[in-house]
This record gives sequence, C-alpha cells and structure tokens, in this order.
Amino acid sequence: MSTSPAVHTAGTLESALRARRDAGHKLLVPYITAGLDDEWLLVLEALAGAGADAIEVGVPFSDPMIDGSVIQESSLRALSRGTTPDGVLADLSRVDVGVPIVVMTYYNLIYRAGHARIAGSMHQSGVSGAIIPDLPLEEVGPWADAADAEDVATVLLVAPSTPEERIEAICQRTRGFVYAVGRMGVTGEQAVLADSAREVAGRIQAITDVPVCVGIGVSNPEQAATVCEVADGVVVGSALVRRLLEGGGPDGAAEFVGSLRAAIDKG
Amino acid sequence: MTTDTTTTGAFMGDPGPTGRFGEFGGRYVPESLVPACIELEAAFRDAWADPSFRAELDGILRNYGGRPTPVTECGRLSEQLGIRLFLKREDLAHTGSHKLNNVIGQGLLARRMGKRKLIAETGAGQHGVATATAAALFGMECIVYMGEVDTQRQELNVFRMELLGATVVPVTAGSRTLKDAVNEALRAWVASVDDTHYCLGSVMGPHPYPWMVREFQSVIGEEAREQCRILLDGADPDVVVACAGGGSNAAGIFAGFADATGSELVAVEASGGAAVTTGIPGILHGMRSALIQDDAGQILEAESISAGLDYPGIGPEHAHLADLGRARYVSAGDEAVLEAFQLLARTEGILPALESAHAIAWVAAAAASGELAPGATVLVNLSGRGDKDVAQVRDILRGRS
Repeated sequence: MSTSPAVHTAGTLESALRARRDAGHKLLVPYITAGLDDEWLLVLEALAGAGADAIEVGVPFSDPMIDGSVIQESSLRALSRGTTPDGVLADLSRVDVGVPIVVMTYYNLIYRAGHARIAGSMHQSGVSGAIIPDLPLEEVGPWADAADAEDVATVLLVAPSTPEERIEAICQRTRGFVYAVGRMGVTGEQAVLADSAREVAGRIQAITDVPVCVGIGVSNPEQAATVCEVADGVVVGSALVRRLLEGGGPDGAAEFVGSLRAAIDKG
Repeated sequence: MTTDTTTTGAFMGDPGPTGRFGEFGGRYVPESLVPACIELEAAFRDAWADPSFRAELDGILRNYGGRPTPVTECGRLSEQLGIRLFLKREDLAHTGSHKLNNVIGQGLLARRMGKRKLIAETGAGQHGVATATAAALFGMECIVYMGEVDTQRQELNVFRMELLGATVVPVTAGSRTLKDAVNEALRAWVASVDDTHYCLGSVMGPHPYPWMVREFQSVIGEEAREQCRILLDGADPDVVVACAGGGSNAAGIFAGFADATGSELVAVEASGGAAVTTGIPGILHGMRSALIQDDAGQILEAESISAGLDYPGIGPEHAHLADLGRARYVSAGDEAVLEAFQLLARTEGILPALESAHAIAWVAAAAASGELAPGATVLVNLSGRGDKDVAQVRDILRGRS
C-alpha cells in the first residue's frame, strides 16, 4: 500500500452522505460518547430515528486534548464504567441503526490495538468511518492505508488555520467527508457562532466536491442552520452530550436532534 | 576518544522535517495546531542559524542567567562513595534550575515571531517560574497551567509565579498533575495560537519541541564537557548521570557527550513514572514515545514524590537513545530519593531538588553495589536546587519521627 495521497475514491460512508446531499438534504451528524451509561445504544437508535444522517461515536480516551469540559466529563464517566475500544465495537456489532456510524477517538487507542486489527474490528462492527483528531495529514498514512483496506473512511479535519494548499492535500486524502473545524478552540458549546465556521466551510467547498460538515462550536438549531447555509452539514457534540450528562436520555436526545433537523431542513 | 564535533553526530542529531528520532517523535497534534508547529519549526531553524540570535541568547544566559554554571567536585561524598563525583551546578542558574536555558531561548524566539503571550505547563513549578521570569524580562503576558495537586505540594512556586506577574491556572482534570497540565496548555494554545507561544518545558510534545528544547538545553553538556576536561586532565567522565521526567536536563547534558565522547550515559526516572523501563510505545501530547499505559491504550497516572518527574511519558529522543543503547535508563524510588536528598545536604552542603536527588540516589546505590567501579569518575547534572522541596520533605520526615 502506498502512503502517498491516493486518487480519491468514495467508499460506503461517502457514498451514503453524497446520496443524501445530492437528494437535497443537509447532513446532520450528532456525536455521543460510547459507554456513557447503560442506555447509550438506545440513544444511538433515538438519534437515527430523529433524523441523523450519520452518528459520530466517541470512544473515550484518558487524555482528550482537543475536547472541552463536557466531553472530558463524558469520557471520564464512560471510562469509569469500564468502557474499552473493543467493548464499544462489540456493542456496535449488535445493533443496526440504519445510518452510518463513524468512530471518533484518539490515536493512541488505535495504535495500541494495531491498525489492521482495529480497522478489521470496525468493519465487522458496521463502523464505516473514523475521526482521529490527533492524527494529522503527515502522520495518517499507515492508519489510513489499513482503514482503506477495510472500507473504513478516514475523515480528516481542516481548521480555520489551515492554509489553502494544505486544504487541497487534506481533501485528497480524506474519506467520507471533510470535518471542518468551526473555530480555533476545543469542543464545547458557544453562545455565538464563530465567523470562522462559515468561512472555513466556504474555503473547503471551493476546493472539493467531497461533503463538508462543520463541527466544534456548533451548539443549537439556529447555529446549525446558519452553518448549513454554506456547509453540506453539521456535527453537534457537546450540546447533545451535556443533555445526556444531565439525564436527558434517549427521549431528550431525540428531541434535541429533532430540533436540529427541523432547523437545517427549513433553511 | 574525544572530538570537537557535537551537533552533527549519529546519536543526537537533527531529526529532520518529520521530527523523527528513530521510530519516535513526530507531530501528532490536531490540525488546528499543525500550521503553528510548522511555523515554529521554520522560525527556530532560522533563528538557530542566525549568529545574532545566538549571541543575544548567550549574552542573556551569561549576564542575566549566571552561566556558565560551575562543575563542583564533591570531596566528602566522593570519599564516602569511593568514586570521584562531580556536579554540574544547574541549581546555581537564575531561578534555581536548568529550566531558564530553555525559556530564554523560547522567549527570544516568541518575540522574534511577534507573539505577545507565553503559556506554559508546569509540574514542580520550576518551568512555570522560569517562564514567568522570561515573560517578565521580555514584557510578555504569561499564563501557567499547573495540576491542582501540584499547586498544593508546590505552593511556594505558585506564589513565586504570581509575584513575577504570571497567572497560575490550577488544572482539575484527570490526575491533576503534569500530564493534565500539558493537556490544558495544549487546549489553551489551540484557542490562542495567533498571538501566543506555547513555551513547552521539556524535550517532549510535537516536533519541533523535543529537538528545539534539547538544543536550548545543550549548553549544559557543552559547558560540562569542557569543564570536565580541565578537571580530568583532558579526559571525559566515565559516567554522566541525570534525572529524567520529560527529560530536558538529561537531554541537555547528554547532548554534550553522546556524540563527542565515549562516556556512559545514565538517565534516572522515578520508579512510579519509569516510562522507558516499564512503558510501551504510544502517542501522547503530540509525540510517539514510551508511555505508561494499560492494555487498551489509556494513559496511566505516574506517581512520584517529585512533581517534576510525575509524568507517564518521556521525550522521544530518550526512547530512541534507549533503543540505540547509547543511554541507559534506570529508576529510583521515593525512599532512596529522600535519603539522597539528605545525603547531599549533609556531606556537601547542597540541597538538591527532589528531581535531581534521583540521580544522586542512583549514584549512591550503584557505588555501593559496585556497579560503579571504585575510583570511577561520575558527572551528575544537578538540575535544580531543593529550596522548593524543603516544606514537603519536612512534612514527610516529621510525620515519621
């Protein structure tokens, strides 16, 4: 396998997201932390039922350095319940929620498990993509090659600080979609949407036809709708996880994601 | 076997654009920080090759920092241990540890890059104090992230930083020690990278930090090698010893000996944070290195009497030097460290930092066991002074009497 940027090929995840987009829908990708409580798989089903186009499932890591206080707390809570990468994938293999599942985790868990082994486990568990925020373009090769071989899409991130020529290289190597980082900061709710959220989405969409979803700092239906005026879709994490930490459960999750769906469909 | 080449050697060279030391190192940071790391590497390469930058750095280290620090031959302790023991006296540098070498370098670099603020993580507080000092000297803002546990056991250093005009932010996440302070500093950097330089305190983190910090600290080894040759009639010490948490003082002194001499190199980790001897390769804080972790890859909490060595990893170049066999990695436990702390105080009138006492502890044990041959010449990097640890040691010793 080559580690040089390959010609972009659409796998299962990208094909599903392109089909939704090309049918005129904006893409809604909620995030939850796996293993947060006994109900987390029910939450997954509730999210799909409430209009999620894909679901980002966080596999908790001890040192989540790109995450703010809400995801730090959910990660800690999930870890204290004994949540492991293998356990999460085993749980996921027992459900089919009808929309693509994209795992989000940190590279040490992938590296420790072994690229080929965990890419294979993801595939067998029905996971069609992976977001590894501490694995940037220069370091992604060995993992991305193993993931490509299992049709697990390696979703790369573009930040507001990313220069143009780098965006091009990232869009060549990403699979599934491009994760546009909405603001220079860690995950967490923001009262006001950063201007950078729409700007970065616009810069990426000027370069690629791969779906572009904006995450980090998108907190409510109004912000989601604003982002979707430019982007193909949104990722919403902390605002949802906070509701789960507060005991909202599957019903609370469905209600919130339903409100996001309605807002981006209206726009 | 002595030569004058020091920086182009096979053991501690330039890690190149990918920042690799063998299989270790790299730049495992979120995309938001990649452009800043690339910019920093370019700025450092440019500055390091610029004679005027080097001259300004050397001048500040000499006239403000107190360099060169002396090498002291320990008369009484040498006699007791049956070896010839020399100390590189980084405890005599301004702010009381080797940390100043790095922060003056990074402070000058930050100014050259037009950054107005410095942020830093700190464990024992020595790097925090040093960064606050550099910020005061250069007229910059300074925020220091420090684990809540460490703010309690190093209360005096918190106050010192505040006196110097810095803001100390206690970190309440995770184990509330050095590793969590690094996480928080990285998080803060993502949100402030436009006008802020992250003044990382050790030879760890994403490229170019492990290399850049080693280069800034290499002044220790360069000086010590020449000083030893004067004291030893042109010879090099048989063994060079330093404590290692992240490993900056060890890297600094090793840099003067790894390629230029045949001296044996020994790094002493805290036994509760012995990344090289008990860790497994992994990725944390932007680098691939040896890490203490569980079967799933969750990072475990280090435990040490010394806040500065309370870290579950080590700089990537150390993992590489261990792989090559050029340096040896050993550990010392809290009890031996407490004894060494008192031993150096009573025999030589020097209170070492608890971190540095790890190196003394290993030397004492190795001399007693015969691992160090009688009459062996041993150079220890005394990385810092122990004033900051006096209250903690008092509480421990009083609790026993």
